[in-house]
Amino acid sequence: MARTALQDVLLTLVVSALLIWIMPMLIGTYTLTVLVIYGMLGLSLGLIWGFGGILCFGQAAFFGLGAYTYAIAAINIGESTLPMLLAVLVPAIFAALLGAMMFYGRLTDVYLGVITLVVTLILFKFVNSTAGPQYVIGKARLGGFNGIPGFQTLNVPGDPGAYIWGDPYYYVCAVALVIVFLLVTWLLRSSFGRIALGIRENEVRMGLMGYDVAARKTVMFAIGAAIAGLAGALFANWGEIVTPSLFSLGQSAEIIIWCIVGGLGTRIGPIIGAAGLAYLKFLLGQQSLIDNTLITGLILVLFVLFLPKGLAPAIAALFRAVFGRTRRKPDARRMRRARHG
Amino acid sequence: MDLTFVIIVETLYAVASLVLISAGLAVVFGMMKVINLAHGEFMMMGGYVTITAVGLGVNVFVAMLVIAPLVVGLIGLVVERLVIRHLYGRLVDTMLATWGLSLVFIGLATMIFGNTTTGISTPITGFAVGNYQINGYNFFIIVVSIVLVIGIYAVLRGTRAGLIARGAMQRSDMAAALGYSPDRIYMATFFCGSALSGLAGAVLAPLVGLVPTSGGAYIAKAFITVIAGGPALIAGLVSSATSFGVVSQVFTFAISPVFGEVALLVLAVILLRAMPQGITGRLFKGKL
Amino acid sequence: MSLNRRELLGGAAALTTAGLLPRVAFAADAIKLGSILDKSGPFDAYGKPMDMATRLAVAEINEAGGLLGREVEIFAYDTQSDMALYSQYGQQLTRQDKVDVVHGGILSASREAIRQTMRKSKTLYFYNVLYEGGVCDRNIFINGVTPAQQVEALVPYAMNNSGKKVYILAADYNYGQITARWIEKFVRDNGGEVVGTDFFPLDVSDFGSTIAKVQTAAPDLVIAPLVGGAHLSFFRQWAAAGMKDKIALASTTLGVGNEHKVLTPEEGNGIMCAYNYSQELDTPENAAFKERWAAMFDGDQSMHEIAVSHYHGLHTWAEGVRTAGTIDRDAVIEALETGISITGPGGKVTVDPKTHHAVLDVHLMEMRDQKMNVIETLPQRQPIDTQAVCDLSANPDDNTQYEIEI
Repeated sequence: MARTALQDVLLTLVVSALLIWIMPMLIGTYTLTVLVIYGMLGLSLGLIWGFGGILCFGQAAFFGLGAYTYAIAAINIGESTLPMLLAVLVPAIFAALLGAMMFYGRLTDVYLGVITLVVTLILFKFVNSTAGPQYVIGKARLGGFNGIPGFQTLNVPGDPGAYIWGDPYYYVCAVALVIVFLLVTWLLRSSFGRIALGIRENEVRMGLMGYDVAARKTVMFAIGAAIAGLAGALFANWGEIVTPSLFSLGQSAEIIIWCIVGGLGTRIGPIIGAAGLAYLKFLLGQQSLIDNTLITGLILVLFVLFLPKGLAPAIAALFRAVFGRTRRKPDARRMRRARHG
Repeated sequence: MDLTFVIIVETLYAVASLVLISAGLAVVFGMMKVINLAHGEFMMMGGYVTITAVGLGVNVFVAMLVIAPLVVGLIGLVVERLVIRHLYGRLVDTMLATWGLSLVFIGLATMIFGNTTTGISTPITGFAVGNYQINGYNFFIIVVSIVLVIGIYAVLRGTRAGLIARGAMQRSDMAAALGYSPDRIYMATFFCGSALSGLAGAVLAPLVGLVPTSGGAYIAKAFITVIAGGPALIAGLVSSATSFGVVSQVFTFAISPVFGEVALLVLAVILLRAMPQGITGRLFKGKL
Repeated sequence: MSLNRRELLGGAAALTTAGLLPRVAFAADAIKLGSILDKSGPFDAYGKPMDMATRLAVAEINEAGGLLGREVEIFAYDTQSDMALYSQYGQQLTRQDKVDVVHGGILSASREAIRQTMRKSKTLYFYNVLYEGGVCDRNIFINGVTPAQQVEALVPYAMNNSGKKVYILAADYNYGQITARWIEKFVRDNGGEVVGTDFFPLDVSDFGSTIAKVQTAAPDLVIAPLVGGAHLSFFRQWAAAGMKDKIALASTTLGVGNEHKVLTPEEGNGIMCAYNYSQELDTPENAAFKERWAAMFDGDQSMHEIAVSHYHGLHTWAEGVRTAGTIDRDAVIEALETGISITGPGGKVTVDPKTHHAVLDVHLMEMRDQKMNVIETLPQRQPIDTQAVCDLSANPDDNTQYEIEI
C-alpha cells in the first residue's frame, strides 16, 4: 500500500469535505442527493465484485429490499430510526441466507450471476403482483406496480415531527456516504479484507491455507447487501415513494454498468461511475433532439471499446502523466481476475 | 379429455418457445462464452424485418424463415466486426457492450418504426378440439423448434464446419494451432447465433404485440435457460427448456401465469444449487 | 486543437439547451409551463403524442395572443420511463425553473412521485390521463376518464351485444384491480353474472393457458382492461386461437395508446370500447384538430385518447387563467372551480368543482379495420366514482387517493 491508513483517512475527509461544500453550488442539492445515494449503491457492488470477486446481477434486489423495508416499517411505526436500522438489517440477513446457500454450494462465476438475477426477478414479480387489497403488512398496502407512497420520511431520532429534508438531507446522505466509504477502507485494510482479496485471486489456495472461504464470501456478500439496503432506505426517503422498478433487471444492470464505467477494483470508481452516469441521464432528459435510449447505448458501447478499465484508473493515469510521478502500476493479472468475477 | 389435450399442446408449445428463444443465445454462449445481452433486441429486429417484408408483399413464411434470419444475421455480423471482436475473452465487457447495443437498437427501432407498427396475423387458423378452440400456430412453432434442434445437431455432427466448431468449442487454442482461425470461427458463430435470434423473433412475431422495447421480455428467460442447461449445447438446451416449460405450464394451469413464471424461477435456483455447472455439467456429460 | 474542443463543447451545450429555450428574448415575462413526460423508453408510445399535444396547444395559445398578453413558454423534460427522474425533474421544475403550472405524468406511480412536490411548492398541477380515480387534492386537476365513467357506459352496451355471462381479464395493478371491481358491479346491476376474474402482471405475454381457462368457463363476453405492450399479445393470441367469432370482446384500455393500429384488422375487428376520444369522431372540432396536428407535425396522425385529454387539460388551464385574469395559483384554482368548460376534439369537457375531475362525453366505439368507429355518444358523464368519496368544497385540505369501496 502506498499510503498509510491515517493518510488515507485524512485524504478522504479533506476531499469529501471540499466536495460536499462545493458541489451544491454547481448542481441542485435535490439531484445531488440522489447522485450521492446512487454512489453508495455503486460502492456496495464495487466492494463485493471488485474486491470480493462476487459478480452479483441482483444488487438491485438488496436496494429494493432496503427501500421497501423502510417504507413498510415507517408506515407501521411512524418514526424513522428503527425503520432505517431494519432497512440495513433485512437485506443483510437476506443476503447472508442467499449467500450461504450459494457459496456453500460452491457456485461460482456466471452461475452465481444467474442465481442472483433469478432471485431479483422473483422479488420483482412478487412485489409487482401485490396490487390486490389482500397484500398488507401491518398497516402498509404493498400496492403492486404502483408502489407505496406516503410513508413517514426521515426525522430527527425520537422526534417524528422534526423532518430532515431538503438541504440538510443532502448533508445527511453525503456524510453517510463518507462514513460508509471510510468503513469500506477500514474493512479492506483489515485482515478480513486482505483475505477477501486472497480469495478473489485464488480461492483454492486460500481454502487450502485453512480459511473458510464460503463463510468469508457470505459475510462479504452480506456487508455489500447492507450498504445497498442503506442506499435503498435513503432513496425511499428522497423519492417519498417506492416502486417495484427498484427491483428491476434494468436497475441491476445499471449498477453493474456504473461499476465498469467507473473502474472495477477501486473504491472511488463505482461512486464516480454511478454519480456520473445518473447525472448524464438527468442532463439527457432536458434535450429532445435525439432519442435518449440511443445516446445512452452509444456511450456505453464507446466506453467499453475505448476506455475499458473505467474512469477512475484512466483519471489516475492522466494524473500521473501530468504530474510526472511514477507509481507502481496495478498488477495486470489482478485486474483481469477482478473483471471476470 | 379435450382439456387434457389442450394442456399437452400448450405445454409442448411452452417448451418449444423456450428452445426457440434460447437457441441463438445458446450457440453464441456455448461456442464463444460471450453473453449477448442484445439477444432480445435481435429477436425484436427479426420481428420488424418480417413485418416489413410481409408489408412489401413477400410470402409470410419466406419472410419469417428466410429473410428475417438472413437480415438479422448480417446485422449480427456487422456488430461482431465493429464491437464484439475487440472484446473476446472479456466476459463482463462484452455484457456491457451488448447491453449498450441493445439500447442503441431500441432507439433505432423507435426512430425508424415508431411505436405503433401494425403486426401480422398468424398465417395458420385456429381449430376446434371438442369444445375448445386451439391456436393452430402453436403447432407451427413446435415443428420449427424440433427442426431447429435436429438441424443444429446435424450440422455439428455431420459437417466439416460442425466438426471444426465442436473442436473450437472444446479447445479453441488447439483448433487455432491446427490452422483454423478462431477469428473466422467466431465470426461465423456470431452470424449463426444472430440469425437464430432473428428467426425466433420472426416466428413469434404474429403471437406478440411488437414494440421496440419487446426484446427485454426474452433476455432473462433465455439467459436462465441457457445457463441452467450447462456446457452441452443441444442436450442442455432441450433438457432445461423441457424442465422449465413443463413446470411453468403445470403451475400456470393449476394456479395462474404469475405462479407459472415464479415456479420457473424457483426451479432455476434449485437446479443451479443442485447442479452448479448446469444440467449437462452433471447429467448427459460429453453429449452435444 | 483546444479551439476544436471548445467548439465541440459549445455545440454540445447548444444541443442540450436548444430544445429548452426556443425564444430566450421573451423569457423574462413569459408564463412558464412545465411539462414532464416519458418521451423515450417503454412508455414513449403514450408520452410522445402527449408531448406533441403540449406543443400544439401552446402554439395555439400563443398564436391567439398568449395568455394575459404574455407568451407561454414550455419547460419540457423527458423522464425516460424512469420513476426516479420524475422526482428529480419535479424538483427542477418547482425549485429551479419556478414554473407557473405543471402538466404531465403518465402512470399513476409517476403522478404520485410528483404530486406532493407540487402541493408543497404550491405549483398548480394537471394530470391529464385516464386513470383509476379517487385522487382528492385541491392542487391537482384531472381530466382523464375514470373507470366508472367508462365502465358504466361500456358494460350495458357490450352485454346487449353479447350476453349475460362475463369473464374479466385485468392488468394486475391499481387501475386493473379497481376497474375490475367496477365492471363486476355494473355487470350485476345489469342483471348479468361474472363467471371468472384473472389478473396479469404487466410483463405477462403468454396467454395460451388463459384462453383455455376462459373457454372452460364459457362466457358470452370477455372484458379485458389489459395494459401495455406485453398484454397486447392477448388480443393476438385470442384471434390466433379462432376465439374472435365465438366470444365477444370488450376493453377499457385497448386503443388508449393507439394499440388498435398495432393489431391487424382480423385481430381487432369487433372489439368494443368506450373513451372520450377517437380519431374517427365526426365533429368539426376534431376535423380541425387533426388538420392542425398534421400541419404542425408533417402529416403525423398519432394522436390518441390520452394525448387528446392532455390537450384538453392545457386548454382548460388556459381558460382558467383567462377567467382569473392572473396566473396566481389560488385565483386560477378558484376560477377553474366555477365549473369552466371547453369544447375540444373529444367534445365538451367541464371541470367538476367538487372533485377537480372532469365531466365529459363518453363515446361507445367498435374497432373496425384499425379504426375506432363511434357507435353512440353519451354526453356529459359525471365522475361518479370519485364524487362518492371526494368533496373538495367541503374539505379543501384533503390530500389522499381514496380507494373506492363498491
